[in-house]
Amino acid sequence: MANEFKLPTLGEDVQSGTITKVLVSPGDSVSADQPVLELETDKAVLEVPSTVSGTVEEIRAQEGQTISVGDTVFLYTGGGEGDGGKAAAAAAPAAQEEEQKEEASASGQKEQQPAPSSKEETKDEAKEDAKQAKEPPARKDARSKAEAPPAASAQDKDNGSERKAAPRRSGPVPAPPSVRRLAREIGVDIHEVPGSGPQGRISAEDVKSYARQVNTDVRGMGSAGRAAPLISLPDFSRWGDTERSTLGSVRRRTAENMSVAWTAPMVTQFDKVDVTELEKLRKRYGKQVEAAGGKLTVTAMIVKVLGAALKKFPQFNSSLDMDNDELIYKRYYNVGVAVDTDRGLLVPVLRDVDTKSITEICVELSGIAARARERKLSLEEMQGGTFTVSNLGGIGGTGFTPIVNAPEVAILGIARASVEPVYQEDGRFEPRTMLPLALTYDHRVIDGADGARFVRFVADVLEQPFLLFLEA
Amino acid sequence: MTEQARTRVAIIGGGPGGYAAAFMANDLGLDVTLIDVEKNPGGVCLYRGCIPSKAFLHVARILTEAREAAYWGIAFDEPKVDLNRLRESKDEVVKRMTGGLGQLCKSRKIKYIQGRASFEDSRTLSIIHDDGATERLETDYTILATGSRPTPLSELFLESPRMMDSTAALQMEDIPRNLLVVGGGYIGLELGTVYAAMGSKVTIVEKESTLLPGADPDLVEVLHKRLEPFVERILLNTSVASIKEARGGLAVTLEGKEAENKPAQFDRVLVCIGRRPNSSGVGLKNTRVSLTDGGLVEVDAQRRTKDPYIYAIGDLTGEPMLAHKASHEGRVAAESIAGQRTAFEPNAIPAVVFTDPEVAWCGLMEKEAEAKGIEVKVARFPWAASGRAATLNRPEGLTKLITDPDTEQILGVGIAGTGAGELISEGVLAVEMGATAYDVGFTIHPHPTLGETIMETADLIFGHAAHVHQSRPEPREAAGKE
Ligand SMILES: Cc1cc2nc3c(=O)[nH]c(=O)nc-3n(C[C@H](O)[C@H](O)[C@H](O)COP(=O)(O)OP(=O)(O)OC[C@H]3O[C@@H](n4cnc5c(N)ncnc54)[C@H](O)[C@@H]3O)c2cc1C
Repeated sequence: MANEFKLPTLGEDVQSGTITKVLVSPGDSVSADQPVLELETDKAVLEVPSTVSGTVEEIRAQEGQTISVGDTVFLYTGGGEGDGGKAAAAAAPAAQEEEQKEEASASGQKEQQPAPSSKEETKDEAKEDAKQAKEPPARKDARSKAEAPPAASAQDKDNGSERKAAPRRSGPVPAPPSVRRLAREIGVDIHEVPGSGPQGRISAEDVKSYARQVNTDVRGMGSAGRAAPLISLPDFSRWGDTERSTLGSVRRRTAENMSVAWTAPMVTQFDKVDVTELEKLRKRYGKQVEAAGGKLTVTAMIVKVLGAALKKFPQFNSSLDMDNDELIYKRYYNVGVAVDTDRGLLVPVLRDVDTKSITEICVELSGIAARARERKLSLEEMQGGTFTVSNLGGIGGTGFTPIVNAPEVAILGIARASVEPVYQEDGRFEPRTMLPLALTYDHRVIDGADGARFVRFVADVLEQPFLLFLEA
Repeated sequence: MTEQARTRVAIIGGGPGGYAAAFMANDLGLDVTLIDVEKNPGGVCLYRGCIPSKAFLHVARILTEAREAAYWGIAFDEPKVDLNRLRESKDEVVKRMTGGLGQLCKSRKIKYIQGRASFEDSRTLSIIHDDGATERLETDYTILATGSRPTPLSELFLESPRMMDSTAALQMEDIPRNLLVVGGGYIGLELGTVYAAMGSKVTIVEKESTLLPGADPDLVEVLHKRLEPFVERILLNTSVASIKEARGGLAVTLEGKEAENKPAQFDRVLVCIGRRPNSSGVGLKNTRVSLTDGGLVEVDAQRRTKDPYIYAIGDLTGEPMLAHKASHEGRVAAESIAGQRTAFEPNAIPAVVFTDPEVAWCGLMEKEAEAKGIEVKVARFPWAASGRAATLNRPEGLTKLITDPDTEQILGVGIAGTGAGELISEGVLAVEMGATAYDVGFTIHPHPTLGETIMETADLIFGHAAHVHQSRPEPREAAGKE
């Protein structure tokens, strides 16, 4: 009896990808969490772990093919003897194993006897429990009246923990068991899937397209993202040679996101910061941070300052929910840092910057930027940002107008610092190192005056770092 | 013992939970060992539950129908009952079924061990055979399916050859002249029906205010009305105060609303007031399995216990204590062990009371909707309007649908009437598929059948909802509309 392993949801941003490598072949044993595909998605190259264990019967996915969540990857026959004795033990939490041992020795038993057949068969050790442990937590079904007539309904159970996440529907979902199973297999909460059928009936197709759409919806921008500019292209070859090259996934993704972002009315506020003193500090303490494994950069220092700024101006750390007429304030401060890679622009996210020291931020930033360039970023590392910084100063330019990284509502651009003659109060000009900042914000959420205050706050703190202690 | 015996999946208990799990695990390519104290699998369901009781209920039905043929002008002599032959036939049915299961195990290469198993630790079972010999079995996973047993009579009243639990009642040693059935739940009513058809004068006492407490009152009423002339008495809000041995019988004192002061004499007393999970004596203290106060095993959606190596299914995990629920859980547990993403999450578990008439229901019922404050739209179709019911001279039935008032999705179905047990499957399918009343109403049902009543009930639902299906002509005045 062959089962299908379908591409599970891999994070909210992944709807489909191009298969760069199939890591299993027919006849192989697979176990839960074992990588079975290498998938190039919009943002990263990922390994797709199996969520099932068994023996691969037939591969349905081919290299080079585009595959979507819910599509069949391979057929397998389950469990099998291939994952002999160690299976359970491999995955049971360590603490538990120890308890096991105690129990076993108490009863005068050897903890674990190897399976007589395990020699030939354990070439792949299933980790079923590891996967099972991820499944929804226990629901209690503690109705205990014995001779009550056979209570028929499963409603009680429906109120169990599994369903709590879904406030949308209370009763049974209008979806047949096969569709509910598909949803479970690919990691979609069936309660959240809108049904396209009469009276909201949910089909298998609905589940799949929901899985694909999740991200677009989250971005709250509806279909605007996909809409390409309605310009019909002329035949460029009339004027000379051309060459067509396919958009890489990162480029395509960037193009889509930018189109979405562009639909928001944005304003860019400029300012200049005197970083002469800061530069001295940076030089003085650079070695110390280097010893810790990072590089003390202006970006890192600004990220630190942003932690305080976002707390002081919470609307800059929000997102707009137009459908519900609400502004969503986030109580975490995760700053995305734009990184230029050979595949295009990537934005890894530094989490909880408000709680980290500058040194910690430097170390983390060095690591994450390097991983971005080596294409090793995981999806999680690119999700959950609340504000973005883009520093083009390393390349040059006196200023630019960054575009907000929707659904965030503001972005800070940093251009190249330069030494300028600055007029002093005593009438002299003094050479000072000036850093140009450009804050772009979503004008639906943020007013101009607040925009100016926000940049000014960042600038003040950079000029007088002691303010950070006063403020934060 | 030189080499330790081991298995990928051990299943303790060969009832409908255990053997369904064994077959599923076997289908999924796992190495399975099934253990039960009986010679063959079958469990309570086959040996002393569903199957023998249904065999007797079939006989009861023949007897009743023969008597009722008088309505059509056909008269039979009073039937002669050969109790020995009756028991024999029932035993043959049981043997055929359990033997068949044993055979299936063999042909599927499922190892079957006859013996009593208990845990030495989470992954070691010790099995005691009939002859006292023990063997030890190492397991990767164990599915616990030891089922339930009637609450011991000794705990309740007294032990006496005249006292019966359901198991003893199915032995049918004799047909008592006077039988008291304690408990108006489904088992008491089914067995009471059997004895009444055989000629016993049956008195039923139930401490709640209704038979089948928990079921919707309109369904119960259909059964109650027909039972009344069929049995001696039905005493509600009444319980047993004491039972004493008396000369030639048992003297029973009842208490409650309808009880008389002086004790009444019965030849036998059948007690059906509850079942206990078989969760003790299995060595669970040597594992991490946790129990509720009632002794039920706590499990998650995959039927995994608090011990990662042990699953539990069937009566052991609680209500509804029904064979088909046990089997479904067995399949889920096996799938989970095989590494599949699976969960026990039915939208409807059917319940059937095989009395005459039968009462069956599934999904959300009115009583529950009321208790939980769920808004529902209900349609009822009395069988007086059914041609088929008329040809059977059984017009007392009732079919009802419980639907979502906004979407008309069918959430529950209730049927009381002859053949309800067979009819309810359509209801279960409708609920599981998320069908709307329109779906069912616009599915052609054969005429004349009792199944049509389900279609007609659905018609009543959307017939009223003018805003949804306007193209439809105004609903005819359905005879059954209330
Ligand atoms: C009179 C009666 C009528 C019924 N009618 C119906 C009906 O019509 N429809 C319906 O759905 N349900 C009916 N039931 C309920 C049904 O029988 C149970 O719900 C069902 O049998 C439960 O299955 P199970 O697998 O959980 O366990 P069981 O069927 O109880 O099987 C458990 C098995 O485990 C064995 N066992 C226990 N402990 C051990 C041990 N330590 N080692 C080895 N073996 C062990 C037992 O011997 C038994 O064979 C009826 C029950 C009764 C009593």
